[in-house]
Amino acid sequence: MGTNDIFDILKTEFGDYILEYKDQQPVDPYILVNPDQLFDICHTLRDKEEFQFDYLMSLSGMDLGEKLGVVYHLYSMNHKHKVVLKVSVPKEDPKVPSVERIWRSADWHEREAYDLMGIHFEGHHNLIRILCPYDWEGHPLRKDYQAPEFYHGMEVS
Amino acid sequence: MSEKKRIELEYSQLDSERMRINVGPQHPSTHGVLRLEVEVDGEIVTEVVPHMGYLHRSFEKYCEQLTYLQVIPYIDRMDYIAAINNEWTYVLGMEKLLGIKVPEKVEYMRVIMAELNRIANHQIAVATFGLDAGAFTPFLFFFRDRELIIWILEKLSGARLLYNYLRVGGLAADVYPGFKEDCLNVVKQVRKTNAEIMDLLINNKIFIQRSANVGILPADVAINYGCSGPVLRGSGVKYDLRKDEPYSIYDRFDFDIPVGKGEVGVIGDCWNRNIVRVYEMEESCRIIEQAVAQMPMEGDVKAMVPKKIKPPVGEVYFRAENPKGDLGFYIVSNGTDKPERIKARGTSFVNLSVLPEISQGYMFADLILILGSIDIVLGEVDR
Repeated sequence: MGTNDIFDILKTEFGDYILEYKDQQPVDPYILVNPDQLFDICHTLRDKEEFQFDYLMSLSGMDLGEKLGVVYHLYSMNHKHKVVLKVSVPKEDPKVPSVERIWRSADWHEREAYDLMGIHFEGHHNLIRILCPYDWEGHPLRKDYQAPEFYHGMEVS
Repeated sequence: MSEKKRIELEYSQLDSERMRINVGPQHPSTHGVLRLEVEVDGEIVTEVVPHMGYLHRSFEKYCEQLTYLQVIPYIDRMDYIAAINNEWTYVLGMEKLLGIKVPEKVEYMRVIMAELNRIANHQIAVATFGLDAGAFTPFLFFFRDRELIIWILEKLSGARLLYNYLRVGGLAADVYPGFKEDCLNVVKQVRKTNAEIMDLLINNKIFIQRSANVGILPADVAINYGCSGPVLRGSGVKYDLRKDEPYSIYDRFDFDIPVGKGEVGVIGDCWNRNIVRVYEMEESCRIIEQAVAQMPMEGDVKAMVPKKIKPPVGEVYFRAENPKGDLGFYIVSNGTDKPERIKARGTSFVNLSVLPEISQGYMFADLILILGSIDIVLGEVDR
């Protein structure tokens, strides 16, 4: 099933929460959705008979300048098809619903996106840092990140 | 009589609280710098909390300041046991973004090197798994054979572990005379040793008692956790990107995907995860034999290497079957010679996340074995 077919089915089900479908080479086609209904959309994508996206390949946090984004790459073991979902949220209030209860692999991916990009996943059971030390300040992968000069008296270079 | 009563009283007052202990970060059985916070009830593991990041080198942040070519050495250092496979995934992603078709000779060279590296990775995985179970001899056998593979890659690239050999569109250097004979020699030796290992380790009664029925991972849980590679195939799921989504020239070769069948123990336990790796070495040998027979020796390996890599604005997610599972690179280009963002989906990172789920309720000594059977490299977990 192609991304445009998935877009059509989702559009009839969720209406305005499905924002746009883009297919421009060399970009992989993707679907931009509204974060408010993300959990339900992902649930439909996993459980609906014709989708069965049971495998979350990757979850990446993105710094888009004004906004922060999250990109979901999904794959179906049964149907062998793929889809890319994108959401974007304002930098001042970056809240995205957690999909950890749908795909358990999202647990650590979301912790990583929180750690490095500062995106808050609402509903995550344990949203703490994963790669940086627990008391690290700031989110290093943001483009405007300034590394602290000292960490516990040690010079950061 | 009175003495017996006193002892009973002491037993009843014995502490039976659960205890939290640390394994690592500096502990040989964690295969690197991984810290496991373990809660034990006597000797039974009740909870495992992995803490990582001790080897975090901010790979993704560095990528934003490097050109596309300069990224390759950093990728070597992710999964340093199978560096060629890592580089290949990234290079394939870049070639998809740029629309480059590489020469036939390069394709065959890459397949042969990747399969050699896959064998080397599985040799280390099975060897250290045996070591975790208390078998030292197979470790020495495998490391002796791995040396042959490392010599081939050293002759090609000049480095033993971190090759920096693949280029977007080609290779860094041409093949040396006698390469094919060396590869066939490796295949012969690997088969000989694996036959020995089957008797020495895999079908050894003590090894079976240690590893069968331990750390059982059901297939649906494995998929939900995003596991891949031998961890997923050990649970009986026939999923291999070389067959399911053939990239490069894998559709030209005849090979099988071994899965855990539960000959010993049950499907999804440590023994089955381990045997998949042993069988995969044989499949890699078959691919190498076919590739060596078909490979053309003429052709320029640098014919398609661009002078300057400047991809158009766009993004690509490319994944390939690494020895440990799917490795994915999400490459976002902003039209300059430096990437906007490179996200690496580390195989070991995802596979490790299943450890707390499958190690509860087993003995503490089994936890070490389960960790060994997942086959992680901390360079890829922490990046």
